[in-house]
Amino acid sequence: MSTIPDNCKFASSHEWVRLEEDGTATVGISDHAQDALGDIVFVDLPEVGATVHAKDEVAVVESVKAASDVYSPVSGEIIEINEALLDAPETVNSVPYDGGWFFKIQLEDASELDELLDADAYAELCEDE
Amino acid sequence: MTNRTSLFQNHLDAGAKMVDFSGWEMPINYGSQIEEHKQVRTAAGVFDVSHMTVIDVSGSDAEAYLQHLLANDVARLDELGRALYSGMLNEDGGVIDDLIVYRMSFGFRVVVNCATRLKDLRWMAMQTTGYSVAVEERPKLGILAIHGPESIDRVCSILSACGRDAEAETKAIQALGNFRGVELGDWFVARTGYTGEKGVEIILPEEQAPKLWDALLSAGVKPIGLGARDTLRLEAGMNLYGHDMDETISPLSANMEFSVAWEPVTRDFIGRAALMAQRIEQEEGRLPILTGIVLEQRGVLREGHQLSCRSADGTELDAGVITSGTFSPTLKHSIALARVPSNTASCDVDLRGTATPVRLVKPNFVRFGKKVFE
Repeated sequence: MSTIPDNCKFASSHEWVRLEEDGTATVGISDHAQDALGDIVFVDLPEVGATVHAKDEVAVVESVKAASDVYSPVSGEIIEINEALLDAPETVNSVPYDGGWFFKIQLEDASELDELLDADAYAELCEDE
Repeated sequence: MTNRTSLFQNHLDAGAKMVDFSGWEMPINYGSQIEEHKQVRTAAGVFDVSHMTVIDVSGSDAEAYLQHLLANDVARLDELGRALYSGMLNEDGGVIDDLIVYRMSFGFRVVVNCATRLKDLRWMAMQTTGYSVAVEERPKLGILAIHGPESIDRVCSILSACGRDAEAETKAIQALGNFRGVELGDWFVARTGYTGEKGVEIILPEEQAPKLWDALLSAGVKPIGLGARDTLRLEAGMNLYGHDMDETISPLSANMEFSVAWEPVTRDFIGRAALMAQRIEQEEGRLPILTGIVLEQRGVLREGHQLSCRSADGTELDAGVITSGTFSPTLKHSIALARVPSNTASCDVDLRGTATPVRLVKPNFVRFGKKVFE
């Protein structure tokens, strides 16, 4: 398994969120999550402009094995979605922390990030599974 | 207790992700299940299926015993090595297991599912009363399935590396027709499988399996996990025991009618009386069918999804259910097998709360790498 990026925070439901320089945040699913799901064949994304709360179901990942909900790790407004995933969902398997991102969100309350796991704590969670 | 095949270390060396499969630690994939699937459709792949149960049947009554035990008729095996697919039914006509039976020099070889091993062995032992027959499990045999358009050439190319008489065996293997097999010393090679592609299954002493495996990989054959095995068999419209049928399901409701030998009528096989009654239900349209389903938009059909079914005049019928569903890597959309009322003309599947129309097709989606339904 590849290393867990330490510029991301993690939800225990295996989403990552990365605070960008412009104050927005990018969200995706972790390498551990994509590995457990297997080949991803469809991704359903939220609508741009939608307001979501932390822990809301906002996206769906369908792999050869199962359908899985993706929860937003933070609250805010969806400002961009990764439409490339609609045609190339396997990007989530190959580069989950890079081209495999799901959506960008305008944070409502940046302090929510403090409640999420850092890379070390998330690594420990994955090991325990 | 977890069982391992003689290829356990070979799987780890090939980067397998191992999972528990009915008490066996088996490879689900070696990276990408979809890539493995495509490998079998376009070139050649090898599966370790040594977890399956091999049972040899011999003795002067072996044929009569199997004619009683199985819904298909082993008398149809008119030459050595020939293979037959059959259901093994209970008295109610339910499917205890589905299997392949081969005619062998010593009698017959039966290959059954691993999840049903114990009940199959018990049932087969119970039915021996009155027959002069020996039913012997062969746990020390391994099975490799090599499938794909290039599979047979690849197998023949490594025979000498395996210390075998390459010239004679190549000739014997290349001459095999579909569902035919040949005993080559301690190997049995048959043109059977579970992918809808050309290929062979090689049953051999398990200690020889690692060498054969390594030789195949060196010849460019790729290892294929059980994940791709499932998508390949479903594209080929083949049933999976415990999902598409079980002891509560008639073979007539599971696309297995082709494997029921009604003739000769004097052959008294287990379940025959029940099947005769089910045949009347079938004629009256009261027996559900197993159909193919395709979803040509986004989404994946899964086992257990409910279907609302309608007849040609729009009447709501009993609900149907998906018995096996997946994403088809060849077709790039979802396919499934579903049990529905026999007069179903159209149906919707409940996908995460949304009624989504699906299309009914013949339960055979891909053969030899090509789409086969209209």
